[in-house]
Formats: sequence, structure tokens, C-alpha cells
Amino acid sequence: MEALSHNFKKASRAALLDPVLQAALVRSEGGFVDTRQAAVDELKNFEAFREYGEKVKNHTLDHLDYYLELFEQNVEKAGGQVHWAQNGEQANQIIIDICEQANARKITKGKSMVSEEAATNEALERCGYEVLETDLGEYIIQLARETPSHIIAPAVHKSKNQVTELFHQHHAGLGFDDRVTVREDIVDQARQVLRGHFCNADVGITGANFLVADTGSVAIVTNEGNGDLTANLPGVHIVTASIEKVIPDLTALGGFLRLLGRSATGQIMSVYTTLFNGPRRQGDLDGPDEFHVVLLDNGRSEILNGSFRDMLRCIRCGACLNHCPVYTRIGGHAYGWVYPGPMGSVLTPIMVGQKNARDLPHACTMNGRCQTVCPVKIPLPDLIRTHRVQLNRMKADSAIGRAGFSLWYRLARIPKLYVVFTRIAALVLNTMDRIKPGKNRGRFRWLPLARPWTMSRDFPAPGKSTFQQMWKKH
Amino acid sequence: MKPQDTTQSGRTRVGLFVTCLVDLLRPQIGFAAARLIEACHCQVFVPTQSCCGQPVYNAGDEPKAARLARQNIEIFESFDYLVVPSGSCAGMIREHYPKLLQEDADWHQRAREMAAKTFELSQFLVDVMKVEPGPAPADAWSNTKITYHDSCAGLRELGIRAQPRILLRQRAGINIDEMANSEICCGFGGAFCVKFPEISTAMVDGKIAGMHETGAELLLGGDLGCLMNIAGRLKRTGSRVNVMHYAELLTEDADDPGAGKSIAGN
Repeated sequence: MEALSHNFKKASRAALLDPVLQAALVRSEGGFVDTRQAAVDELKNFEAFREYGEKVKNHTLDHLDYYLELFEQNVEKAGGQVHWAQNGEQANQIIIDICEQANARKITKGKSMVSEEAATNEALERCGYEVLETDLGEYIIQLARETPSHIIAPAVHKSKNQVTELFHQHHAGLGFDDRVTVREDIVDQARQVLRGHFCNADVGITGANFLVADTGSVAIVTNEGNGDLTANLPGVHIVTASIEKVIPDLTALGGFLRLLGRSATGQIMSVYTTLFNGPRRQGDLDGPDEFHVVLLDNGRSEILNGSFRDMLRCIRCGACLNHCPVYTRIGGHAYGWVYPGPMGSVLTPIMVGQKNARDLPHACTMNGRCQTVCPVKIPLPDLIRTHRVQLNRMKADSAIGRAGFSLWYRLARIPKLYVVFTRIAALVLNTMDRIKPGKNRGRFRWLPLARPWTMSRDFPAPGKSTFQQMWKKH
Repeated sequence: MKPQDTTQSGRTRVGLFVTCLVDLLRPQIGFAAARLIEACHCQVFVPTQSCCGQPVYNAGDEPKAARLARQNIEIFESFDYLVVPSGSCAGMIREHYPKLLQEDADWHQRAREMAAKTFELSQFLVDVMKVEPGPAPADAWSNTKITYHDSCAGLRELGIRAQPRILLRQRAGINIDEMANSEICCGFGGAFCVKFPEISTAMVDGKIAGMHETGAELLLGGDLGCLMNIAGRLKRTGSRVNVMHYAELLTEDADDPGAGKSIAGN
């Protein structure tokens, strides 16, 4: 996916003025937060699971090569094949080669953020394959030719009316003449349309929530069952996953499943939790004939050795998005790439280049709410600040900001001078305040150089003297 | 620098770090804080001071932030305690100074000692001084609906939530009408509010909507940055809701200049 993160300021302003998006954001925010809290409270020792999740992920990352090779061996033992891809392009080529070998034409897809990262759909379509997203949200945005705005609720920015129109536009030719306006009818129509595609797809591509090294299993959770139909009905099942998805064993999986559903959608357990182990065995009633796992690195080996290592614990639950006061105001598209919100503000600059996403780490108030809900305790504010430090070192942050902070710093470095300066500032502002008509006193509606504040807020007028000055006299 | 003799006056010596915003824009918060600390039989000192360094720290300029951290440690480490009427600046000193200075063993040690005796005002009064319920002042506030904004740094870095509410209940008989979104960021965020003014404004509007749901006529908080943001937006949109630091309300009988006046003017 092409990165548009450099455009954050403009895109976020547009998002704030989009009434459909704003209504959708209000609708979803409370829901995610409240349901998560209820599900977290239901588990008496959620905090202990968070610590467990953090510990297990750290351990796995410390021995990532070992667990990845163990996973590969066990996938092969089950009759599957593991492919290693350094970047998105390589991953796509591997997938295209497999599809070519299988003489495929139609490909169904379960939800996979890794395939968004690699822009797999576009690559397959360029080669003439018909690619169909089968997760309802992904299907909706595929019809709309849009990208996900949330990592677990990709079409959360869309209104019901928009979906009605979209379905009418695309399904009218398939014998669905009437507009569907009731929620259940919309879902039912999607189910009927997709059912046919499931049955005659040649290849199914899914993502992975966890790769279990000890058993070579690929664990996928969904609420629609589309992952299972995508994986089981076609002759070939391809899993796309990034390397940090590996965990040691099924015990660890139990822990992570308790964390994931609760953190993501506020469910104690997702509706479908499936472990895929290799292709159909002799005597199996169903399952694919081929089972491939494409493991994507895409810069993660470098992250592993750098200051953003903690980010590799991420299990893509989306809780940080749902609890971010910035994300919940502007939605995901403004962030300009696959991953939005706090986790995106850490990952995107790493993956598309810090200079191409320099606003993202600054578009954060450091309020810290994301960190308190992260199921694997990623110190997101610290990582966001680390980006700021690195941007500052590269002198790639805003020049006006740098000049302003530098001036402030020089003053702050000499407290005696600082005290004199602030006295003068108070006196000047106070005089400016007192020459105004009485009812306007006490605040400024306008101040030189302060437009970003005063465009929407009044600024308090100071008294004649500063605290430090008054304290000395009192 | 050696800790100065605390026995000279027999009283605990408290350095007051007043913060840039209070120093320039709202001195009465500084006086209110001093009075509250003095009421605990402490002696308050205000050495010449500037900024905690958070603006440059959050801008990513660690060398400058570290320099200011060392400067403030030098100014304040001789006191028994450092008290700050702001969760954000107190959090900077408590949580971030040790991280900033960890490369140098000596300074790291001094930063950790400084951090251990640095407290936000309500934390200091309730957790350290264990203030007893005082004589409640005239029930000037009994007919006023009051709500409270929990500033993010105080709440999440320092765990301040109960302390200001305890003080307000014990000392002024105030029970807070809680907003559903009391713990959600108001959109100030230091430089954030001027870097992304539109997003910041949308956030403060969300805060204000939650506040209006309680019917509050007065909003209290513990960080002047957030309070300026909320008050400034309220004034601009024509609201008559007052905004004050909780310390001002706790000393509201004070004859300090400007007492009882809302931030951003009545």
C-alpha cells in the first residue's frame, strides 16, 4: 500500500469535517471501550494475563530464530510448506508462483493486515487473478476501493446507508434488485453473494493471529467463519503472516486467546477459533490439498535489534486505537498507511521511513491511555517519543518548532534571565489586556503568533507580575 | 550538594516548583499551593526557577531536556520535598528525569533521589502529609455543581485520582459530579494543541460535552495547561462555566489577587 502519511495534517483536517465519518466514530468509540471493560472485568486476573503475554512474547522474541525454525519443521512434518519473504514484493511473488502452479483463477481471502502491508491484492489483480475479500468489513471496502481504517474493523468508517448503496451498485446485476436497508438483510445478502465464491475459489489466502511453533499450527480467530471457508474449501490454502506472530506452544496460545478477544472486540472468545495444521490428510473429509505459510519479514529483523523491539509484541488487537483520543476523532485513513492510531504511529514511520511520516509521532498528546489497555504492555508513548528523539536528531522535525523550543531552552537555562523575561512578558500582556474595553478583559481572542491557539480558544491574560516576583515581595 | 539542615526551624522544608504556566499566568495557584503546604507545618521555599524541561523533552530534544533536569536537581535537591501544583510537571521530574540521566551513574542517583521526594500537590497533602479533615470553610460551594478533569500525566504516570477528591470533600465539603469522560485527554498535550489545533479543538469539545452532561457550573483540575485549554474553549463558545485549579478552591477565602476568578477571565 502506498504511504500517504506525509499528508497527515491535511487528511486529519478533512476527517474532522466529514460528517459521515464523525458519526461513525462516535458510534464505534463507546462500544469498543465499554465492551472491552466488561470482558476484562469478567476475567478476574486480566492483569496477570497481560504480564504473561508480555513475558511470553519477550521470550519468543529473544529466541525468534529458534521458534521460527521449529514452526517451519512442524509445518513440514504436517505436509505443509513454509516460504520466507524479506519484503512485500517477495511475498507477493511467492503467492503468485503458488497460484500459477495451481492454475488458479479465483482467489478468496480472509482478513490479513500483512497482505495489506504487501499490497497483495493489487499484485494478484495485476496478474489477472480475481481476488475476493470475504471478511464482511474487508468485502465492503474492497467494493468501495478503499483501504481499512481500523485493523480489526476495517469498514468502521462506513455508514449503513453507504453499505446499502454500495451493495445495490454491485449486487443488482447478481439478481439482488432491491436495496437492503436492515442490518440483518445486509449481512444476509453479503453471505449469499460470498457463498458462491467460497465454493468455486481455487486458492484461499488467510492471515494468522498466532503461529504455534511446537505444533506447526496456524491459529486464526474470526467472528464470521469466513476464515474457515476460505482455508478449507479451495484446493490450496496460503497463510500470510509476519515473523513476530510465532509463539512457543498451545499453552501460550491459551493465554493469548484470553487477551486477544477481550482487548479487540470485548469478547471472551471470538466466535470461531481455528487451528490449521497442514493440508488434508488421507482419510480427512475436507481441507486443502496444499498448505503454504508465507512468512514476511519486511523490516522486522531490524526492529528486533533496535529501539522499537517492544513493538514486535503487538498482537494487532486494536485496543490502542479504540482508546486513543486522537484516533477516535479522526479515524484511521488520516494516518495514511496500513496501521493507524498509536501502534501505527510507532510502526508506520519505521516501515515507510521516519521522514515520510514525521507528523505521526507528534500527533499524540502523551496521555498514555493506550499503554494502559495494551494486552502485551507495549510502552507506546515511550516508543512514540523515541521517534521524536530520532526525528530531532535528524533535524527532520518542524523548523519553526525547533526554533521556538531552542529559544525557550536558552531562556530556561538561565533562571535569573528567565525570571526577568517572564516579568516583562506579564507586564506587556497585562498592559495589552487593560487597554481593551472592560468586558473583554481577562483574556485574549487574538495574540501575535498564537493563532493555532486563539483560532478556537481564548488565552488567559496574566496579571501585572509573575508568581516568583510576587513571592519575593510577600 | 548536601541536604541542608532541616532542624534549624524544626519544620519540613518544601521546595515549591511552581511551573511556567502558573508563574506567568495564574500566580494565585502558586500562593494557594504554598498556603496548603504551610498548613501542614512545612516551610515553603521558592528558589529562582524556570521550566522542568518537558516541552523540549516531548519535542524529542533529550540533550536539552537533560540539561534542564540537572539544573532543576541542583536547585531543588537540598529540600526535604519538592512539591508541584501540576501532575504533568511532577511526572516529568518523577518519571522521566531518572530515565533522561541514566547514562551518568552520579546524576542518575541524584535524579532518583530527587524523584523519590517529588510529589504533585494533592499527592503530597494526602499521601505524604496525611492531612486531617480541617474545618470546612463556609459552605460557599454547596449550591454549585462541580466536576473534575483528571489530567492524563497525573492520572496515569502518578496514579492521582482519589487525592484531589479527598481534599475537596474533607476541606470544602465538595462531592464531585463526575463526568463520564473525566479520564479522557482534553486535547492540550503541550505543543500538540498548537501543532494540531483542529484535532485538539475537537478533543476539548468532546471534554466539554461530557462536562455539560453533568450540569456542572465549575470545572476543577490539577494542571493549568489542561485548564487553560478547557477554559479558553468554554469562553470562546460563550459558556459561563468557571474553571479553576483545585488548590484555588481549597483556599478560596484567600485574599490573594484574583481569587475566585475563572481562568481566562469572567
